[in-house]
Amino acid sequence: MSGSGSFEQALNLIFSFDPALMEIIALSLRVSLTAVVIAAVLALPVGAAIALFRFPGRGALVTVLNALMGLPPVVAGLMVYLLLSRAGPLGSLGLLFTPTAMVVAQTLLVFPIVAALSRQVVEDLWEEYREQLQSLGCNRLRAIPTLLWDARFSLITGVLAGFGRASAEVGAVLIVGGNIDGVTRMMTTAIALETSKGNLPLALGLGMVLLLLVAIINAAAYQMGESAKRRLG
Amino acid sequence: MNDMAISERLLPLQLNDVSFRHRNQTLLQDINLQLGVSGRTVLLGPNGAGKSLLMRLCHGLLDPTSGTVRWALDNRSWADIRQRQAMVFQRPVLLRRSALANIRHALALHGVKRSERNTLAMAALDRFGLASLSARPARVLSGGEQQRLALARAWALQPEILFLDEPTSALDPAAVKAVEDAVAAFQALGTRIVMSTHDMGQARRMADDVVFLLRGRVHEHAPASTFFESPQTPEAAAFIRGELIW
Amino acid sequence: MITRCFAMALTVLALALPVQAQEQFITLASTTSTEQSGLFGHIIPKFRDATGIDVRVVAVGTGQAFAIARAGDADILMVHDTVGEKKFVSEGYGSERRDVMYNDFVIIGPSDDPAGIAEAESAAEAMTLIADAEAAFTSRGDDSGTHRAELRLWEGAGVSTEGSWYRELGSGMGPTLNTAAGMNAYVVSDRATWLNFSNRQDLKILFQGDDVLFNQYGSVLINPERHPELKHDLAEQWHEWLLSDEGQSAISEHTIDGQQLFFPNAN
Repeated sequence: MSGSGSFEQALNLIFSFDPALMEIIALSLRVSLTAVVIAAVLALPVGAAIALFRFPGRGALVTVLNALMGLPPVVAGLMVYLLLSRAGPLGSLGLLFTPTAMVVAQTLLVFPIVAALSRQVVEDLWEEYREQLQSLGCNRLRAIPTLLWDARFSLITGVLAGFGRASAEVGAVLIVGGNIDGVTRMMTTAIALETSKGNLPLALGLGMVLLLLVAIINAAAYQMGESAKRRLG
Repeated sequence: MNDMAISERLLPLQLNDVSFRHRNQTLLQDINLQLGVSGRTVLLGPNGAGKSLLMRLCHGLLDPTSGTVRWALDNRSWADIRQRQAMVFQRPVLLRRSALANIRHALALHGVKRSERNTLAMAALDRFGLASLSARPARVLSGGEQQRLALARAWALQPEILFLDEPTSALDPAAVKAVEDAVAAFQALGTRIVMSTHDMGQARRMADDVVFLLRGRVHEHAPASTFFESPQTPEAAAFIRGELIW
Repeated sequence: MITRCFAMALTVLALALPVQAQEQFITLASTTSTEQSGLFGHIIPKFRDATGIDVRVVAVGTGQAFAIARAGDADILMVHDTVGEKKFVSEGYGSERRDVMYNDFVIIGPSDDPAGIAEAESAAEAMTLIADAEAAFTSRGDDSGTHRAELRLWEGAGVSTEGSWYRELGSGMGPTLNTAAGMNAYVVSDRATWLNFSNRQDLKILFQGDDVLFNQYGSVLINPERHPELKHDLAEQWHEWLLSDEGQSAISEHTIDGQQLFFPNAN
């Protein structure tokens, strides 16, 4: 059996900076990072607003948000698929089977994670800051950016969790991206493909590359956060 | 201060039949109190008498369950009235940014133009001997420095009235002195002072008049000399002697 | 600091904007078996060189490929379910269906062949032997062309697949082969996927060559009246190229380990 040979093949692909593999890695990072940035830009203020404002249905909203953290990627993918399909409401945009569609699907997956964490963190911080900020004449709306900025170290963890989810999922991007070679093939869909070809060592090798990338990004964010935390107290 | 503040004064503050209930407990009741345009009022009373609550009601952080809290400028917006006040808490809440940025943030909330914030913030830091610490993260300052920064932040806002809720209870003697000097500086600027304390010596040093609270009611309100020399009630007398009363 | 974060976010966003390739392309809905056999990787570059048109392959099960094509999410279809393809055209979703190539299905099983199908005279007999022995059998169970072909084999043999020995997986060909290898079970596969499959463990081809195992692939044009917005002109060029001498010989040139995988039979 050529098991070890395939694994060597994986290592060779990586260390020879195989152009096809580099393209796949670049696409994975681009799609997942974009999804995380968009989701964070939307979810951080939304989470903070839910934390600060009282309105009817707030409890239900928080519950739904928490539940959506467990939204199966396949379901998210299916929803985006139905939305972007020619037969769907946004079909005319022609976005299905493009990286943009994958970004949309992953944004959908990451949003609840970041929003739910943002709500929790900001709610706790508001408890601590409320009197002081109100004393300074800060209303709840104006408090959102202040609290988000002061909670930035805790929020980074949530954003990283979102990135972890985006970079690890295969179900959503497979459905809306189509795993098209050279266009929408990402690390996870390539791993799924190699697995279904029975090329398990290569699949595992790719999996380790993915893990390494995610680990590097996490470590970088963690280091940045820790050093800033030490400086800022 | 800006023109508006000069043209009309926020004070006096009038509290009429104010009560405050929380979870079926009456914490303050029958509060009738007038705070005049100048001077230093010290709130005294045992723990749980309602000193902090009363200050928060005056400052507008809490709304009374019944009764009214009325400023002389009652026709102005909530935001306008709030901008003419400041409060320093027992434990200052400082943002995770530099000392200077903390003051800039407060100035921004008060609508001060961006171009002016830095100068005003530096001046306030300088006034309280914190200029050399301006770039330091606020959260890593010592307790005394943090409280001075909170005072500098209040200073930059040029309030007409300053509330201080036991501002020195967590500080060492040198820092206490710095806070008391700061309060004196505020008063010299014409700022109305309302503070609570547990330190009887501090109360004697600083009070022009004393509001003595007991079990959620104003038990006595008198000029400081009168209150300390000849308290009108046995409870106040016992409190001044340092006997615990509830 | 905030402005810097903002600038960074913008940069990331700019990077993520879909790289709109200047080149023309069509989207082809096809089956995992063709994609995984490496056929497209072999013939698409030739087509691109000839026409300047790229073909983006969305490889799914035949059932899903029909669904994608019905919704107008692909410009053209290539699957291996002649009955289904003809129905697709007669229902008005497709405008033309043509034979392109064939390969064949093979019956794979553990090398010690507990049901003894290697000696069978026909595919029907092989299936009957597996059912009688109640030997473990893994089925795609995903409404794919291969799954439909397998069901026709059972039907032809007239045996029931009731019983715990028959495992319906609901997976693609590759995962099904992985499972079969893990369980040491019998499985029906197309030859191309099998030849391209690495994790064989103790499995081997036990039965092949019966006419009923013939696996015809067809190219189906989408009906322009139903989906006028699709790239019908480009799709038609691909369709015609597949059927041309050039396309047909490109198909026959694709080999793995010296074995030809697909046999062109356009007429």
